[in-house]
Amino acid sequence: MAELRVTAVHKSFGSVRALRGVDLTVRSGTLTAVLGPSGSGKTTLLRCIAGFETVDAGEIRLDGHRIAAPGRTVPPERRRIAVVPQEGALFPHLPVRGNIAYGLDRRTRWTGRIESVLALVGLAGFEHRMPHHLSGGQQQRVAVARALAPHPPAVLLDEPFSALDAALRAEVRQDVRSALRSDGATAVLVTHDQAEALSIADEVAVLHDGRIVQSGPPDLVYHSPATPWVADIVGETVWLPAEMTGGRARTPLGPVPVVTSDGRPPSAPGRVLLRPEQIEVVPAGTPAANTATVVRRDFQGHDTLLALRLTDGTPVLARIFAPASVPHAIGGEVGLRVRGAARAFPTPSGATDVSRR
Amino acid sequence: MASAAVVRRRVRRLVPRPVLATAAVAGVCVALIPLAYLAVRVGDAGWARISEELFTVRTGELAARSLALAGAVTVACTVLGVATAFLVTRTDLPARRLFGVLAALPLAVPSYAAAFAWVSTVAGFEGFWAAALVLTLVSYPYVFLPVAAALASADPAQEEVARSLGSGPWRTLLTVTLRQVRPAVGAGALLVALYVLSDFGAVSVLRADVLTRAIFTSISLGFDPTGALVLATVLVVLTVLIVSGEQLTRRQAARYARLGGVGRPPVRRRLGRLRWIAVSALIGTGALALGVPAASLARWFGEGVSRPGSLTGLATAAGNSLTVSAAGAGLTMLLALPLGLLGARAPGPVAVALDRLAYLSHALPGLVIGLSLVFFGINVAYPLYQSVWLLALAYAALFLPLAVAAVGAAALQTPPALEEVARSLGRRRTYVLRTVTVPLAAPGIAAGAALVFLTCMKELPATLLLRPTGMDTLATELWSRTSVSAYAAAAPYAALLVLLAAVPTWWLSARTGVLSQGVQGGGA
Repeated sequence: MAELRVTAVHKSFGSVRALRGVDLTVRSGTLTAVLGPSGSGKTTLLRCIAGFETVDAGEIRLDGHRIAAPGRTVPPERRRIAVVPQEGALFPHLPVRGNIAYGLDRRTRWTGRIESVLALVGLAGFEHRMPHHLSGGQQQRVAVARALAPHPPAVLLDEPFSALDAALRAEVRQDVRSALRSDGATAVLVTHDQAEALSIADEVAVLHDGRIVQSGPPDLVYHSPATPWVADIVGETVWLPAEMTGGRARTPLGPVPVVTSDGRPPSAPGRVLLRPEQIEVVPAGTPAANTATVVRRDFQGHDTLLALRLTDGTPVLARIFAPASVPHAIGGEVGLRVRGAARAFPTPSGATDVSRR
Repeated sequence: MASAAVVRRRVRRLVPRPVLATAAVAGVCVALIPLAYLAVRVGDAGWARISEELFTVRTGELAARSLALAGAVTVACTVLGVATAFLVTRTDLPARRLFGVLAALPLAVPSYAAAFAWVSTVAGFEGFWAAALVLTLVSYPYVFLPVAAALASADPAQEEVARSLGSGPWRTLLTVTLRQVRPAVGAGALLVALYVLSDFGAVSVLRADVLTRAIFTSISLGFDPTGALVLATVLVVLTVLIVSGEQLTRRQAARYARLGGVGRPPVRRRLGRLRWIAVSALIGTGALALGVPAASLARWFGEGVSRPGSLTGLATAAGNSLTVSAAGAGLTMLLALPLGLLGARAPGPVAVALDRLAYLSHALPGLVIGLSLVFFGINVAYPLYQSVWLLALAYAALFLPLAVAAVGAAALQTPPALEEVARSLGRRRTYVLRTVTVPLAAPGIAAGAALVFLTCMKELPATLLLRPTGMDTLATELWSRTSVSAYAAAAPYAALLVLLAAVPTWWLSARTGVLSQGVQGGGA
């Protein structure tokens, strides 16, 4: 258990600048998810923290001790930071017990630590299985148990659930989360899956082109994204053009209360962000509602995402929950109302908006 | 302090694994002792004397004939080896396992034993094409084994994708399947070319006038070391050309074994009416490669073992063969481990250079290695002279590349992620090497050791020169009896040699997956 602090870390591979000044602090005993699209530098960051790569500039401190800086690299085996790679990477020639015992010294192997970490990941009694006799989810759990066994100060997880199928993923994710929590480990998880990042982490750090563009608690990042790019990567978005008048925005959906990141009322015209769950679907013709046509339906079981078009052509997304109270056949008309406040952004200036997910 | 750290960092960038690299350099140095001796002796002779030997029509003819023999045998082995591997692993050929074993077994027949079998069966069987035929029949397993292994483990999904994209079966074979196994074909063909260039037994028995035979002749007739050494230098130059040519055509392929995913056995093609043509072709090849030596040995065998005292001599020679081969294989693997691991884990100019250097002495004829080490033993390491260890050193110099290739391929089977995880769990590099890399590579390393052991047992000229006085092996006994046309006396030694060599050969062919199709573990 220790605080991990990454300061202004740069790393290039030839002409490719993978990290361009990453700052990240992971408080002791918490889990931070580093969220970013592929190619954003997630895995490079993880490998720098683990000690598999050296840093070109900046430094990494663990519990106050400097473990990485240009020319001063503590080798991975002396950092004691455990890693859970993609696909688990269990040692195929060792049984589950041998895998977990790998990082333990001879004495602690017989103190019951192996059994307790196995119980922690829900695999009590699997000590003597060989890795190839385990399912993907079980392999991943063993990899987590192996990482936790020596009480490492920090654990790094590199997209550990991406190879699992959807149903299993949620289950393994929560089990791993509770195992990490009950062991009090400081953990960093990198992922490109926003649902995973938001559901598992205490803090989410969004990585874009080798820089952390925002970090904070998941609900804060989701509801108050720092940039339109962050807004798009952490969830579905509804963007509306807006004229600002005294704390309210005039949008194609009518007047909407707005908030801004700095708290001051917006003045210049720009655009506002709504989340699909803020759009309420009511029967067509309801007073004070905007009329829209259903263009597409994504039925997802527990909810349905509707793609709609307003009468002036503006596209809007709305999430409705089962059982649906309003008929929403494709081509049919419905009424829309806005719940809560929108988030205002100034008119996009150049590159920030281009790289949508 | 700071400057020391800077120096260390620079060294690390140039040589990523210093300990491993040092051990690898040591191994290569040992392997290069014979080559160094060659250079020293050639230098001593002086330029005038050398050019007098070098620029003659005869030297040119010998070099051209050596190259032509190597080229002909390599082409024939590639065709034969790839076709057999394809039939055995990818078609519905009947009795595939049997044919797989039959295609691997010629490895157990030393070239001089095969040549002896042919010459004592077919009257007037000698010359260039005779040597080409015999060498092809004994060395096509060098192509067959790696290609069969690669075909058995290649990802069938790639072929399926090619088919689904509208590519026909033959186009898929040419553009996808053969591309997948191209590194294996290249490695096998290189081994064959080097084997033929340095072969001495078969070309002598069959009187094919190539460089190795000329070197032997100039040593045995009047002992002309300078002439022999100049010819040996030409041989080394040809080797360098072949090795660097192969390096140029090699492309960087996907290096590591897949993680995850389920290995599926490949789809087998239906041969239809071609089936019986294929079977006849394989039976024909097997009859030539194994049937002729077997029949010939059987004919002489009865007469040979009925002679008094022959069984004791046979047992002693067999014991000696096993001892010297075990010592040779042990030393070779010890030297090969760091080299193979360096190539697999820290690829770069240093690793490539060391790997290529190790190939050099492999192509030197065993004769030159033997002579060089006699000199080395007398002048530098006298305690080793007339001991099994000097012979083991000769074997190591000769067969290091076989072992290095096996270790390298085995180490590539271990994904680097496993080593990184192990280090992140607080283990030092050496501990990780001992507990993860080596155990995972062990089956491949054992296969390399078996191959080296087998090759040591078949080795003739260096054994002749370096064995301790009075210590006869199966190979030397066979040779001394063949050279006086005592075929009956020679046959039991040849038969036992082939039988003993067949055991590791069987095991090696079992490893290619030819014998156990369908038992393919998915990656963990």
